[in-house]
Amino acid sequence: MTTHTTTAGRTASGSILLPAIAAFAIGFGLIFMTGLVQADTLHDAAHDVRHATGFPCH
Amino acid sequence: MFSRILTSGLIAGAATGLIAALLQLWFVQPVLLHAELYESGQLIHNGAQAVSAHQPPGDFEWTRNLLSVLFTMLTYAGYGLMLTALLAVAEARGHVVTAQQGLIWGIAGFVTMQLAPAFGLAPEVPGVAAADVGQRAIWWLGTAAATGVALWLIAFGRSALTWGVAVVLILAPHVIGAPQPDAYAGTVPPELSAEFAGRALGTGLMAWAMLGLAVAWFWQRDTAHAALPQTA
Repeated sequence: MTTHTTTAGRTASGSILLPAIAAFAIGFGLIFMTGLVQADTLHDAAHDVRHATGFPCH
Repeated sequence: MFSRILTSGLIAGAATGLIAALLQLWFVQPVLLHAELYESGQLIHNGAQAVSAHQPPGDFEWTRNLLSVLFTMLTYAGYGLMLTALLAVAEARGHVVTAQQGLIWGIAGFVTMQLAPAFGLAPEVPGVAAADVGQRAIWWLGTAAATGVALWLIAFGRSALTWGVAVVLILAPHVIGAPQPDAYAGTVPPELSAEFAGRALGTGLMAWAMLGLAVAWFWQRDTAHAALPQTA
């Protein structure tokens, strides 16, 4: 564990990439689940949202 | 850093999702329920008798609508995470993100995730004919990905070549074309289908504009806090 100072706009590109990719992947997973997975239960629960948000539904 | 992206994205996304859900329940859901009367055969248009365009709204379905609120919040939490992750990368590359610029990020997100896919696959009212859902999902994802990359290249590219690539990426999915049904079988009046598509895109734009503002605002606030010495 190290102590360091992070300043706005000066974070090294390298240290941001991995957490950004991980967060992006989790976000994509959420959208994939709510919008695109065709399992019946998920489809039925998210039905109206899929239509209203423009995902392909049926 | 990961937890900063996670908290900013999730909080901004879920909060925006709640507002988006209310907008959808108010503006989109009545059109959807109206269309379902035609989908189920309770109403038939173009029959012998004219059907009133004004139908009673019906009872408020609590379970169905609360599930919609939950899933809209989850969807926008996902959008929020993706947007925050991209914002963090842009900031690390020297791009300053203000709340006002968040608005542009939000609109770019709307173009990527809703407008560009809708150009080929308009938001579907229940009961319309459509091609295989798997094929549409693949086209939808490919279009969103190509458009998103293209907008990034337009925003941060510095040469005519990158902008050229961006134009190709934006147009390619539409030149290829979205999967379309073999035959039309829609039972819902075209007036309702058009109203549904307009409402879905309109509420989407409102929600994405708020999401961009919220994500940038939370990120900026967290950045200010993170500027103080801390233990990582």
